[in-house]
Amino acid sequence: MELENVNPNIYSKIDDRLITLEEEDDDVEDEFDAREIFDLIRGITDPEHPLTLEELHVLEESLIEVDNKDNIVKVLYTPTIPHCSMATLIGLSIRVKLLRCLPARFKVTVEINPGTHVSENSVNKQLADKERVAAALENVHLIKVINQCISTK
Amino acid sequence: MGKLEHIQTLTKHVGRVWNVAWHPKGEHLASCGEDKTIRIWAKEGSKWVCKAILTDGHKRTIREIAWSPCGNYLASASFDATTSIWDKRSGEFECNTTLEGHENEVKGVAWSRSGQFMATCSRDKSVWVWEVADDDEYECAAVLNAHTQDVKKVVWHPCEDLLASASYDNTIKLFREDKSDNDWICVATLESHDSTVWSISFDKTGSHLVSGSDDKTVKIWKEYKPDNSDGIPTIGNESTWKCVCTLSGYHTRTVYDVNWCKLTGLIATACGDDIVRIFKEEENDDPNAPTYTLVNSAEKSHGQDVNCVTWNPKIPGLLASCSDDGEIKLWNFVE
Repeated sequence: MELENVNPNIYSKIDDRLITLEEEDDDVEDEFDAREIFDLIRGITDPEHPLTLEELHVLEESLIEVDNKDNIVKVLYTPTIPHCSMATLIGLSIRVKLLRCLPARFKVTVEINPGTHVSENSVNKQLADKERVAAALENVHLIKVINQCISTK
Repeated sequence: MGKLEHIQTLTKHVGRVWNVAWHPKGEHLASCGEDKTIRIWAKEGSKWVCKAILTDGHKRTIREIAWSPCGNYLASASFDATTSIWDKRSGEFECNTTLEGHENEVKGVAWSRSGQFMATCSRDKSVWVWEVADDDEYECAAVLNAHTQDVKKVVWHPCEDLLASASYDNTIKLFREDKSDNDWICVATLESHDSTVWSISFDKTGSHLVSGSDDKTVKIWKEYKPDNSDGIPTIGNESTWKCVCTLSGYHTRTVYDVNWCKLTGLIATACGDDIVRIFKEEENDDPNAPTYTLVNSAEKSHGQDVNCVTWNPKIPGLLASCSDDGEIKLWNFVE
């Protein structure tokens, strides 16, 4: 298969989270924060490259919002090029990873960073349609590809 | 202000429950979902219990189920691209017919009031009308390719053989048979929603339709017949359907289902914010601009998204709902 983006920009990974004493204290309830969500999904790999979504700057901690009170997680991702045909697959991988990791109480929204993809609206609509997502996850071939992408190295 | 009293929670399904459907006599409830099974529930003493489990009918998620008007058959629509017909005349449910034709996921199935027709809809963007012959034969009467995106739901008019469909293309379409050449034609396209229309439901007489959408609104549509006294223009012999009321600001996420009670006139909605809401039309309002008010307190009804709500056809106020959390809940609405 021909690569769409032969030579993507590669960025360095951020340092590991510093664990505070308070976080180690079991009596203190740790709420989910953007960094924790980022840590869950930063290792997802691009379907085209053996690189992580963090290294490609598809995912950035600053584009993740968490609302613990209303149980909302919102992730914006930036495709490496505006006509990336893998955009839906990447979004689906992020969605599946969070679906499997987060408590069911969370309502997860995964959308394209506004203005970074030519089919932004149609990709967002597909990713928000849980029926389409459910059907896609029953597709043996597709789930195999997704599982490969989200099996963190 | 009314109250939705919780009666009982039915927990047997594994994973998301997509749909619940009352038998026309109101004594049985069927449910289906991600676990590829159909469960039949009935009351034993004061409790609802699972009476039967129908397995091996489908290879993938069962999205929707529908009882035939006579109550002898149950149709199931599945992501495996087929629709199965279960026959319970022998006392046991037997799957004797599997309808193929759709290219991919079948998302909805509905029987016409007369029992003469059945309709299915799919991600392949088409709506199929099946003619039901006396000897359990189902013949494809029409393949309707009017929608430009996947079709989420089909429902029939409560008295006539008029079919309505809701789609990912943000529209609702109405179809009926042109008696002159037996062709099924699209007679109306209802446009007003800004995103996917997930569900639609007619009122008792079929002169109104309610729709629920991903745009977080619920809309009420009214039929204006040719030569109506309100002066609404119509084309040919076809009615004009107009949106006369938009309920916005109530639902905070996608509205997955709407159901208009044929007994009480109450509208129930199922929402992605985990809440079941009940709406009631104000008395003495303007029929051309009706007012609907929320009549229950919007409390969490389920642990996750509510996918379906349905009023019992015989017992006023009895409501069933189901959710992504795997649960089915029975409610009694009291005013």
